[in-house]
Amino acid sequence: MDLNLNAEERQFRDELRAWLAANVPRDWAEWREKPLEEAFPYLRAWQRRLHEGRWAAVSWPKEYGGRSATLMQQAIFWEEMARAQAPSMANSLGLGLIGPTIIAYGSTAQKQRFIPKILSAEEIWCQGFSEPNAGSDLASLQTEARLDGDHYVVNGQKVWTSYGWVGDWCELVVRTDPNVPKHKGLTVLLVDMRSAGIDVRPLRQMTGESEFNELFFRDVRVPAENVLGQLNDGWNVAVSTLMYERGSYGARLHLLFKRNIDRLIEIARTVQTCGHSAASDPLVRQKLAQCYAEIEIMRLNQLRAFSRITATGVPGPEGSILKIFWSELNQRVQQVAQELLGSYGQLMSGDRRAVDNGLWSYGYLRTRGNTIEAGTSEVQRNIIGHFVLGLPRSY
Amino acid sequence: MEFGLSESQRLLKDNARKFFENECPMEEVRRLMETDTAYDEALWAKMAEQGYTGIIFPEEYGGVGLGKVELILLMEEAGRALLPGPLFSTVAFAGSALDAIATPDQKKRYLTRICSGEARSTLAILEDGASWNLTDIRMASANGKLTGEKLFVPDAMVADFMIVVARDGVFAVDAKAAGIDIQPMEAMDRTRKLYSVRFSSTPAEKLGNAAGLARPFDVAAAAVVAEMVGGMQRTLDITVEYAKMRKQFGKPIGMFQAVQHQCADMYLETESARSAVYYAAWALEENTPDAAVAVSIAKMYASDAGRTVGGRGIQIHGGMGFTWENDLHLYYKRAKASETAFGDSTWHRERIARLVIDAGTASMQSA
Repeated sequence: MDLNLNAEERQFRDELRAWLAANVPRDWAEWREKPLEEAFPYLRAWQRRLHEGRWAAVSWPKEYGGRSATLMQQAIFWEEMARAQAPSMANSLGLGLIGPTIIAYGSTAQKQRFIPKILSAEEIWCQGFSEPNAGSDLASLQTEARLDGDHYVVNGQKVWTSYGWVGDWCELVVRTDPNVPKHKGLTVLLVDMRSAGIDVRPLRQMTGESEFNELFFRDVRVPAENVLGQLNDGWNVAVSTLMYERGSYGARLHLLFKRNIDRLIEIARTVQTCGHSAASDPLVRQKLAQCYAEIEIMRLNQLRAFSRITATGVPGPEGSILKIFWSELNQRVQQVAQELLGSYGQLMSGDRRAVDNGLWSYGYLRTRGNTIEAGTSEVQRNIIGHFVLGLPRSY
Repeated sequence: MEFGLSESQRLLKDNARKFFENECPMEEVRRLMETDTAYDEALWAKMAEQGYTGIIFPEEYGGVGLGKVELILLMEEAGRALLPGPLFSTVAFAGSALDAIATPDQKKRYLTRICSGEARSTLAILEDGASWNLTDIRMASANGKLTGEKLFVPDAMVADFMIVVARDGVFAVDAKAAGIDIQPMEAMDRTRKLYSVRFSSTPAEKLGNAAGLARPFDVAAAAVVAEMVGGMQRTLDITVEYAKMRKQFGKPIGMFQAVQHQCADMYLETESARSAVYYAAWALEENTPDAAVAVSIAKMYASDAGRTVGGRGIQIHGGMGFTWENDLHLYYKRAKASETAFGDSTWHRERIARLVIDAGTASMQSA
């Protein structure tokens, strides 16, 4: 056990730190609070810049434009991005989840076709997994694809698709064989979002914005060569994407959490309660310290998981504790923010008295989604119970 | 950067587990807890032979010279075995205090005997206010003699000498010195006995200043957390086995999500406490700027998680978990003793607040 950076890691960090110092756009603060639709071209440009420096997908193999970064280097990458207050990247699903899945399962032609444009943010990717009747029980999904000559014809509906409104391509899970057990008849298709018959509708969520979309497919023709992996092996392909999701997402979130707790401590110094600053109130101090500690433990759990994955080669079901930890912690942090802000906590963006332009009222609402998206807390606990602890399957 | 254990660390941990399984199985724990001192001379000699009593101390005093991470791994396994007796008090507590503040001559006289297994020791801090803030200590020496009472002193009855913290310094006191009166305190955890120790003009040798205790205090706190992690892991293991085997409504109860999700939470809490204490041990070893915060984070988290995991384990066992016969209550009681030792979660949250909020540097140690 040695948490000091080794020579290679130090070199990686120094090079990245220097690059970020020279390249992080100085006007990001002005853009940060704008709606995603408005800021999107900005984020695209930022990703292109990162890609030009070969920093867009450090985890990817060198031959695909990455740096074959170890998991620890990836952790360093997100830490440095946080330290430099760098913007996020436009094609986050393509870089984090779908690209790695294509690299793992794709044909040579598919890799050549898709990978470069994922990196450059020329083509934004979205994910068509959940359906109205297939959420936690993803394998029961009903969107079907029928072979017709050299094309699949897709019919059905997807929901909770992030980046659907801006997506050029979609990793779509469909049923190609309805006559076998549910996990065995699925296939992953790479679908051009400009194909005829796709209808993208915004899905308004409880925050008031539309981060996600519903996708409707009516007789959408997808070339058979766009099957990712083997026909009817889509469950394994999809699960591999989900593993990347649970394993790596938390590392990025540390950036956000760290900023939140730092800001909350700042706020506590300025908020007056009973004639003294909240930062000197024993109860507030207890709560802030609890958040601070748990955010640090989240980082440490992540680092330990990285060491374990490095030893075993693949993200395992233990990744589920990371998902549970960050999602539930984020809700607790937002609750502490609400208690600190009192009545002001309910003011939304646009109200002139809203603290941090409504960041905290938004966060309070948005984090309700954290324990649902990317596998509900209940599903994560099932995964730990069955796959980690070896308890009998409960469903 | 590598958060996994090295080959030699893994070996040490595996060996410690086997050692405690062979030398101190639960029957032995139960036998010892019914004795006055929960101490076994033969077991102590075997631990000394393994090098456990000198694990972190310099070789010039007969120690093994390993680091804090190794200490934490040993303590984790000791906690898993619910090891009774004064290994913790002697090594993590008194020994690390001696190592930090005593003169070379004093180390030769005291630490050497700890390393060799000849002497057992303990540390006396708390007084009737039961405060872990060293500034609350009232006892003071007069003409090289101590007078007053210390409470909650672990394993005092088997200690050959004690390290006593007074307002004006840290002292070594021979257990057979004049004016010492040691009385048992009837506490929940019978595997680690607590005592009140009254001093009446008892001769004492000054080792150093109380300010020098900051680091050994943190080493001891981290060691307690490591023991707690071992106890949590054992509680989880016992509980998962039970949930697989116990049937109700014709099914193993572990099949029900109400049970399964509690097990998942026990796993999450155990692993999180482990991450925190491994990091704290490493930070102490490397003397990183955030070492004290790291210890507080670990102790804060484990103090709550240890109790919660124990409670979940008992709940899942149903009526069986409430019996004396089942081992879970033994771990549950140890967890309570450990929860308050070296500051409970409330105490450590306040310490984090002092170190983080008041220091004005909210930014965290990072990679």
